[in-house]
Amino acid sequence: MNQAKLRLLQVGVGIGALLLWHVLTVYPILGSPKQIQFFFSTPVDVLARVVKEFSTTEIWRHLWITLLETVLAFATGAAGGILFGFLFARRELLAAVFDPYIKAANALPRVVLAPIFALWFGLGIWSKVALGFTLVFFIVFFNVYQGVREVPQVVLANARMLGMNERQLLRHVYWPAALTWMFSSLHTSVGFALVGAVVGEYLGSSAGLGYKIQQAESVFDVTGVFAGMLILAIFVIIIDALVTLIENRLLVWRPGPATGAQS
Amino acid sequence: MPSPPVAPAVSLKALAIAFGLKGGGRYTAVDGIDLAVAPGEFVAIVGPTGCGKSTLLNATAGLIKPFTGKVEIFGGPLPGLNARAGYLFQQDALMPWKTALDNVAVALEPQGVPRAKAEDRAREWLRRVGLSAFLDRYPHMLSGGQKKRVALAQCLIRDPEILLMDEPFGPLDAQTRQIMGNLLLELWAADRKAVMFVTHDLEEAIALADRVVVMSAGPAAGIIGDFTVALPRPRDIAEVRLEPAFHHIHKEIWSKLRIEVQRAYAAGEGVAP
Repeated sequence: MNQAKLRLLQVGVGIGALLLWHVLTVYPILGSPKQIQFFFSTPVDVLARVVKEFSTTEIWRHLWITLLETVLAFATGAAGGILFGFLFARRELLAAVFDPYIKAANALPRVVLAPIFALWFGLGIWSKVALGFTLVFFIVFFNVYQGVREVPQVVLANARMLGMNERQLLRHVYWPAALTWMFSSLHTSVGFALVGAVVGEYLGSSAGLGYKIQQAESVFDVTGVFAGMLILAIFVIIIDALVTLIENRLLVWRPGPATGAQS
Repeated sequence: MPSPPVAPAVSLKALAIAFGLKGGGRYTAVDGIDLAVAPGEFVAIVGPTGCGKSTLLNATAGLIKPFTGKVEIFGGPLPGLNARAGYLFQQDALMPWKTALDNVAVALEPQGVPRAKAEDRAREWLRRVGLSAFLDRYPHMLSGGQKKRVALAQCLIRDPEILLMDEPFGPLDAQTRQIMGNLLLELWAADRKAVMFVTHDLEEAIALADRVVVMSAGPAAGIIGDFTVALPRPRDIAEVRLEPAFHHIHKEIWSKLRIEVQRAYAAGEGVAP
């Protein structure tokens, strides 16, 4: 299938869904439109709300807060994950001792921590950063741990035969290997950082996209909820595109789709 | 044999190497190995698959420890990794995240060569192996033969006194193998190192080496033949095979090697070459 046809079909699906939504909520097919619209709003209303939101400066503040929380959660989570992933991969004993605790902590649904973090860190951005951190940390941790342990033995033996000491091995072999694995999980971890931020805002805050959606929900403003979700979706797509851009730049050496995509 | 006037570059004395098996027990890979390689001598080691040829190299490199016996380098004991040896591996051992230039230049970092100087020397070495146009390529963008060239440059830039080569051209196609063999001989002729070259290809061994050492089938493989190759140098890998003297020595060595290959094959240790 060629690219143009694919795009056309993709757009077609979107327009079809919007049309269906429009027809079912504006015309009295399933019942009184007024009643239906209370539950489902209409695409026109939602778009109009989004446009209206962006005509004020208010929304930018919310976006900025959510972005800041996402970036901070990702940065701290990735830093912690890299540090501990490295440490555990290089120190067998440490990994063995902490293994059950790490598994237990990772198995815990992180949402239950949100109220505790709100208690510990307040309703500002830090409780959201903490929630995002717990999500990002484990993804990066497991990937880096794996990456460092699975450095090809022959590459390692070769580097040692070249006379590299422990510090040089770290810099030229272990570190790039770990980064590769971290970047391969970049989409997932950035996504989770955002989830942490939005869920945290949703559960208790005074700013951010999650807060906007929660506000609209509390007054049964369905149009507002959908508008918030749409803005969130656009936000996610932009961030994801940026991540892809960064990934392609940093992993030029890697064979496969990361570099082959342009050709 | 009378002891040579200078200490051999590599001397393996009554060497045995064993590996612990999972669930107890021990597998003796090689046993009773006595082998000396003089400085500047090119020694090829042939033997059936699985006879422990690579194990000998790994012991000489210091990557594995002998079970009994000794490894001596220029007359002294080998304390850990062999810092005077360069190792060319069978598999791809380049750092995939570094360009050809970086892969070669980084080999000088342990010696404390400044970065700019290391890059200059790396450029010179990549030119010598014919890769001037590929400095910025990552390994996955290079062909099998080109990767071997980079690995060769990476190995030789450190100017090791001993070269350990473990079927380095094994995965390459026949033409590329010949080209790489000639390149190796050319570089070696310019600056003679002691070479231990492991291969299962007897023709390659004879074409390259001063001496061909034949190993028996494992387990507990030993050396069962040591042949001097008196073919004149410089040699061309493709042409030297056509000389009558080549056929003569090939026949002589093969008569010994064939029995071992069949033994290994019968024991299911390996496959027929």
